Amino acid sequence: MDCYTANWNPLGEEAFYRRFELYTMEWSLKEDLRDCLVAAAPYGGPIALMKNNVRKEKSPSTRPLLEIYSASGLLLASIPWKSGQLVQLGWTASEDLLCIQDDGTVLIYNLFCEFKRHFSMGNEVLQNHVLEAKVFHTEYGTGVAILTGAHRFSLATNIDDLKLRRMPEVPGLQKPPSCWAVLSQDRVTIVLLAVGQELYLLDNTSCSVVTPPGMSPSAGAYLHMAVSFNYRCLALFTDTGYIWMGLATLKEKFCEFTSSVRSPPKQMVWCLRPRSRQRAVVVAWDRQLMVVGNSTECIQYKRLTIEVLLDRLVLRRLYPLAIRICEYLRLSEIQGVSRILAHWACYKVQQKDKSDEEVAHAINQKLGDTPGISYSEIAARAYDCGRTELAIKLLEYEPRSGEQVPLLLKMKRSKLALGKAIESGDTDLVYTVVLHLKNELNRGTFFMTLQNQPVALSLYRQFCKHQERETLKDLYNQDDNHQELGNFHVHSSYSEKRIEGRVGALQNALDEYYKAKNEFAAKATEDQIKLLRLQRHLQEDFDKPYLDLSLHDTVSNLILDGHHKRAEQLYREFKIPDKRYWWLKISALANRGDWEELEKFSKSKKSPIGYLPFVEISVKHHNRYEAKKYAPRVTPEQRVKAFVLVGDLDQAADAAIEHKNETEMNFVLSKCTASTDAAVAEKLNRARAQLLKK
Amino acid sequence: MAFAGRRDVPEPPDFGILKRLARDQLIYLLEQQHEVDKLYKVDSRPALSTSDQFCFLVRPRIKTMRYIADIVNADKMSGRSRKYKIIFSPQKFYACEMVLEEEGVFGDVTCDEWSFYLLPLDEDIISMELPEFFRDYFLEGDHRWINSVARALQLLNSLYGPFGKAYGIGRCAKMSYELWRDLEEESESDGQGRKPEIGNIFLMDRDMDYVTALCSQVVYEGLVDDTFRIKCGSVDFGPDVTSSDKSIKVLLNAQDKVFSQIRNEHFSSVFGFLSQKSRNLQAQYDRRRGMDIKQMKNFVSQELKGLKQEHRLLSLHIGACESIMKKKTKQDFQEMIKAEHSLLEGVDVRESTSFIEEHIDRQVSPIESLRLMCLLSITENGLIPKDYRSLKTQYLQSYGPEHLLTFHNLKRVGLLTEQAAGETLTAVESKVSKLVTDRAAGKITDAFNSLARKSNFRAISKKLGLIPRVDGEYDLKMPRDMAYVFSGAYIPLSCKIIEQVLERRGWLGLEEVVRLLNGNEFSVSDSTVEDNPTWESQRVILAVFLGGCTFSEIAALRFLGKERGCKFIFLTTAITNSARMMEAMIEAKA
Repeated sequence: MDCYTANWNPLGEEAFYRRFELYTMEWSLKEDLRDCLVAAAPYGGPIALMKNNVRKEKSPSTRPLLEIYSASGLLLASIPWKSGQLVQLGWTASEDLLCIQDDGTVLIYNLFCEFKRHFSMGNEVLQNHVLEAKVFHTEYGTGVAILTGAHRFSLATNIDDLKLRRMPEVPGLQKPPSCWAVLSQDRVTIVLLAVGQELYLLDNTSCSVVTPPGMSPSAGAYLHMAVSFNYRCLALFTDTGYIWMGLATLKEKFCEFTSSVRSPPKQMVWCLRPRSRQRAVVVAWDRQLMVVGNSTECIQYKRLTIEVLLDRLVLRRLYPLAIRICEYLRLSEIQGVSRILAHWACYKVQQKDKSDEEVAHAINQKLGDTPGISYSEIAARAYDCGRTELAIKLLEYEPRSGEQVPLLLKMKRSKLALGKAIESGDTDLVYTVVLHLKNELNRGTFFMTLQNQPVALSLYRQFCKHQERETLKDLYNQDDNHQELGNFHVHSSYSEKRIEGRVGALQNALDEYYKAKNEFAAKATEDQIKLLRLQRHLQEDFDKPYLDLSLHDTVSNLILDGHHKRAEQLYREFKIPDKRYWWLKISALANRGDWEELEKFSKSKKSPIGYLPFVEISVKHHNRYEAKKYAPRVTPEQRVKAFVLVGDLDQAADAAIEHKNETEMNFVLSKCTASTDAAVAEKLNRARAQLLKK
Repeated sequence: MAFAGRRDVPEPPDFGILKRLARDQLIYLLEQQHEVDKLYKVDSRPALSTSDQFCFLVRPRIKTMRYIADIVNADKMSGRSRKYKIIFSPQKFYACEMVLEEEGVFGDVTCDEWSFYLLPLDEDIISMELPEFFRDYFLEGDHRWINSVARALQLLNSLYGPFGKAYGIGRCAKMSYELWRDLEEESESDGQGRKPEIGNIFLMDRDMDYVTALCSQVVYEGLVDDTFRIKCGSVDFGPDVTSSDKSIKVLLNAQDKVFSQIRNEHFSSVFGFLSQKSRNLQAQYDRRRGMDIKQMKNFVSQELKGLKQEHRLLSLHIGACESIMKKKTKQDFQEMIKAEHSLLEGVDVRESTSFIEEHIDRQVSPIESLRLMCLLSITENGLIPKDYRSLKTQYLQSYGPEHLLTFHNLKRVGLLTEQAAGETLTAVESKVSKLVTDRAAGKITDAFNSLARKSNFRAISKKLGLIPRVDGEYDLKMPRDMAYVFSGAYIPLSCKIIEQVLERRGWLGLEEVVRLLNGNEFSVSDSTVEDNPTWESQRVILAVFLGGCTFSEIAALRFLGKERGCKFIFLTTAITNSARMMEAMIEAKA
C-alpha cells in the first residue's frame, strides 16, 4: 500500500505535500518567461504575455508581440505591439487587460486583444516616467499604483472612475524602495514601502514610519513583502532570512521564521492550504520552494459566483454555452438568458459586414419581447460603433418610449425624441427634450417645432413665464395670439414702477385686445388707463395715495375725504351704475359720519336701492337717531324690518298688522321682551288671533 | 420646511404640521445628523443666517429655483461660501436643474429627492398635498403631476394589493390610470398575486363637477374648512373660538371623539348634539358625588383624564359653532344660500343675478362674488352676453383691473363663460365630443378642451335627479339621501356619478350623462384578480379626486357607504373648497 504515499514528501512535522500535474499547457513557448512581461488574471482567468518587450535593437523582426492565452495555454488572440514602452501588464476584475506604459499611459484591451480605451496617470508621471507599477483590486474596482522616476507614488483606486491621487513624499528617499505593496484598509488605499531597515506607511496626507509588532531587532533590511489577496495579511522578508507574518494592519503577529536562504526571493505569495484552511506563505527562489505557516485562523475566499462565471463565458463570446448553462440551472430569464442575449446583440451590432436591416432583423428575431431586454442599450452600443441608422432601427423595437429619448438626443434626432417623450407621458422627459431643442435649433425652427406639439408648447410657455418673459411674447407673436399678448402686457404693466411705463404697457395691451377683437378687454384697459391718469392727478392735488386703487375705492376715498365734486365727476365719466354709486356713497358718508350730507343725498333724487340700506347703514354705525329718519321712507314690504332695526317695535307691529302678515307678526313678536313690550305683544297677539279666525 | 409662497396659488401646506409629520423621516435626520439650527419658510425675503450650510426642502417649481439661485448668487457676490442642498419633493424636474444652470449656480448646489407622495390625514383620507395640481393641470395644461399621481397609485397598489375594478371619468383620470398601468407593467411589482384589500378604484377629474365644489358648505367639517381653513388635517382656532387671548391648533380627525361624531352632520343639528353631549358630560362628572374613596381613586386615575380631554374638545367645538353662527346666521348668509339653491334648481335666475350684482357692488367679498358668478355661469351653461359683460365690469370696478386676467383664467377652465351667441348648444357639443373622442386628440393638450367646454349642468341634473323633490320638510337629522350635505337641496354630482357607476358596475345606461360630461370614461377589470364577491375588499372603494375634493363630498360618500354597507377611502391631490378654487384662479399683481 505504500505506493499511495510514495509521492508525498514531508513538510515540517505534521504536513506533507505532493506534486501532480492538473493539465498541460497547450502553448509552445520558445521564449523564456523571464524575458517576457506576464500577467495572469485572478480566478483562473486568461494569461497575457508580452514578448520582446525589452527592445535592445530596433529591428522589425523583434517587434514586441502581445499574446493572450486562456489559463490552459490556448491562444485567444495576439497583436503586434505598436504603442510605447510597457512597464507592467495587469488584469481588471472584469478581465480587461491593462497595459501600463513608461509615460504613464494606460491602454485597455479586452481579452481578444481589441483596444477599448486609454487613460493617463497624470503629468507628474508623464514627466518622471514610470519606474514600477502595480495593478490592484479592491471593493472599489481595479486600481493602478505607480512609482515614478522621482520616487513618488501616484495611484488611481478605480480606473472606471478615474481620480488620480499623488501620495505624499517619503522623506529622504533617494533611490527606489527595496519593496512596496498597496494595501486597502477601512476603504482607504495606502502604500507600504521598505527602505533598508525602515518601513513606511503612505496614506493620503502623511508618511509615517511603522514597526511590525514582535519584529526581531536583529532582523536586518527588508528585501521583499507580500500582501494576501484580501489585504488582511502581510509577510516580510529580510536579508537575514527572517520572515515576519502577521496582520496587514500591523496590529498582530502570527508567527516568525528564519530561513537558511538569505538571498532575495523571486516570489513570495500568500496561499490557503487546502482542507486545513490554514494560511501560509510560499517563498520561491530559483531552485527552492518554501512553505511557511502555522496559523489556525480561517479565511473565507469569495468563490466565483454563477453570475461571474456567465460573464466570463459571455466575454469569451461563448453565448450558446452560457445560455445552455442558464437553462440547465433554471435561472430566471432576466437573470440569465436575457442578459446573455443582450450581450450577444451588443456584439452583433459590431459586425460591420452586415447591413443595418439584416442586423436589426436578426436581433429582433432572436430577442423578440424577451423580458429584461433593453433595446435602447443595444441601440446605444450600435451608435457607439458609429451605426446611427441601425441604432434608430433598434430603438423602434423599444417598447418604453421614454427609454428611447436619451439616445435619440445623443444622436441629435431631437424632433423624433420630442415625439417619443410626449408619447411616454413623462412631462419631465418632455422638458428635457424641449430645453435641448432650444439650444440646438435656431429660434425660428424651434418655435415651428413646438407649434406642432401642443404639450411641449404649453410646457415651454410655463418655463418662459418664469424664466424668459420676453420669449413668451415672441411665442405669442408667432401665432398671432393677440389675446395672450394683451394679457402679457397687462401683466408687465404691474412691474412698471413709473406711471408712464405702466400706461405705455397698457396702451400696448389695448392695441392687442383690439386686434384680438376682444372689445370688453379693450374697454376695460382703456378705462384703466384713464383711471391711472386721473389717479395721478388726484395724488398730486390731494397729496394722498390713490394709485392702484380700484375705481370703487377711488370714488369711495374721494367721498371719505369730502371731495364730493370729484367723486361725482368720476361717477359720470366712468358711467358707474346708479345702484353701485348709491351703495358706495352712503357707506362712505356713514363711515365719515357725515349724516347731514347723507340726508341731503337721500333727498337728491329717488334712491335706486330703496331706503332700507340707509336704515341699515345708520344702525351699523350705531346711529338710531338717523336711522329713524329713513324708516318711514322704506317701501311697505320692507317697513317691518326697518322698524325692527331701529328698535321701534310699536310701529313695526302696526306695519305687520296692516299687512295682515303672520310671519311678520311672529318676527316682531320674537323681538318683544315681556317686561318692556307687553303692550305691543298683546296688540300683536290679538291681531294674530283675529287673522287666524278668518 | 420651505414651500414657495405665491400669491396666486392656493396656500402652501401648513408649515408646522408638515414639519411635525416630516420629523420622523427627514427633519429628524437633518437635525440629528446635521445639527440644523433653524428652519425657515421660503418666501420673498432671503433668509438671514450665519450658518455655513443651507438645505432647501421645496416643490420643484421654477420660481423657487430662482429664489434659491438669488440667494446663492448674493452669497457669491459678498464672497461668502456656503454649502447648499436642495431636496425636491416629491421629485426633481429637469427644468429646475436647467434654471439653476442658467442662473449659474448648478455647480454650487447638490440636489436630492424626497419621494413623498401620500399624507394620511385621517383613517379614510389620504392627501397628496398638491394644492397646485388644480391650477397647474386645469389652467396651465401642465401634465407634470400626472406622474406623481401614477406613482401614488403604484405605492397604494404595492401596499394593498391589486384593485379588482377600476372606473374613472375625465381626461386626467384616464391619463393617470394609463400611466400607472405602464409603471406597473414595467416594474412587475410583487403586489400582483396578493389578496386585494381595495376592490374598487374610482378616479375623477375635478372639472367633471365644479358645481359641488363651488357651493357653500353646510356640513360641520366643510363649514369649519370654509370658515377657519383646515390645513393638513388641523385647524387654528383663534381667540374668538377659544375665548382666551391665544389661538389653539387642533387636529381634526377620527381620533377626536367629539369631532368624529359631528363632522358629517348638517350644521343645524350640530348645536343640539353638542349641548346634549355637554349635559352627558356633566352627568358623568356629577357621579363623583356619593363615591367612596376607592371609587373616587378609580375615577380620578381612569376616567377623569378622558373626561377632561373631552371637555376641552367640547368647549372648543362649541366655541367654533358660536363663531360660525355669528357669521352665518346673518341675513346675508341666508340670502346667499337661498340664491345658491335657486341657481342649482334653475329658478329665479334674474333675481339671483341681481343678488350677485349687489354682492359685487357692495364689495361684500371678492372671493364670494367670484364664486357666485361662476356658479351662475356653470349652472346656466354660460352667462348671457349682457350679464357676462356687466358682471365683469362691476367686478373690475370693485376690485381692480388686474382681474381682467382672472376672468381670462376662469374662461379658460370653463368656470365663467359666455353663452356663445348664434351658435346653438348642440353644435358646440358635437364639436367638442368629436374633438374629445378622437384618440389622437386625447394625446394633445387640454389647452383647447376647456375653451370649448360646456357644463351642461341643467341637463345632467335632470338626467341624474340631482335636485330632490321636496314634499314637506327635509329631515336633516335623519337624511334620506346625499342631498343632506346641501340642506336637502342638491345631491353632489360627483358623488352621484360614483354611486351610479358602482351600482351598475360600469357605465352602461349612463351614456347620455357621459356624453354631456364630454366622455373620457373607463371601466376596467383586472383579469388577474379573482372576482370573489364574498371578499371584504369588494366593499372597499378608493375614490380618487384629481384637482381636489371637498369635505361635503367626503361626508356625502361616507353617508352613501353607511347606507350601502361599503367603505370609501379618499385619495385627493388636496382638500379643496370654493375659496381655494377661486384663489387658484386669481391673477394677482405679481
